[in-house]
Amino acid sequence: METIDKIKQQIAENPVILYMKGSPKLPNCGFSSQASQILMQCGEQFAYVDILQNPDIRAELPKYADWPTFPQLWVNGELIGGSDILMEMFQQGELQPLIKEAAASASDSEE
Amino acid sequence: MVIQQKIEQKLLAEYQPAHLQVINESGNHNVPAGSESHFKVVMVSDIFAGKRLIQRHRLINSLLKDELANDIHALALHTYTPEEWEKQFGEYPTSPNCLGGGK
Repeated sequence: METIDKIKQQIAENPVILYMKGSPKLPNCGFSSQASQILMQCGEQFAYVDILQNPDIRAELPKYADWPTFPQLWVNGELIGGSDILMEMFQQGELQPLIKEAAASASDSEE
Repeated sequence: MVIQQKIEQKLLAEYQPAHLQVINESGNHNVPAGSESHFKVVMVSDIFAGKRLIQRHRLINSLLKDELANDIHALALHTYTPEEWEKQFGEYPTSPNCLGGGK
């Protein structure tokens, strides 16, 4: 599968997906660590892709997203932002409902 | 100082911000001394009014496209309207610590 199709599939199939360096348990970058910790505090399951293990995605996603850096959080097929945006939205109380709604609609559609 | 000045000059020329700080945070990271790889921009401007955070960040990212492609490894952005900045009392978040990962 072409990398771009792989990305589109991941984003379509996972209502909440974080592209990051390393994993939530073993993040490889402070910004990725911050982003995954914030997401975990939202209390819902989320998918992640370690871009250090997927150099093709690391190369392609910034072009597709028109967003130059990682981490990147995508919710319901839309780029939400990187760790600064997640932190600010979390502190304003905007991120939690967004994640909860996305997770809820995903579990609805599975039933 | 070359990249730092370039970032400052571009942002000043394009957006005439009410407040601008470009901070070189490379010293906190796993890069050689004197590097210009990790930056934080704190910018206050009317142009951010009515724009979501992602739109604000896209404005800066697109202006610094070349630098992001060639020079900058990490760019923390903190963007405020003058009204929001007043509520922040001039404070902005600290960046996370380096975890020692390579590029």
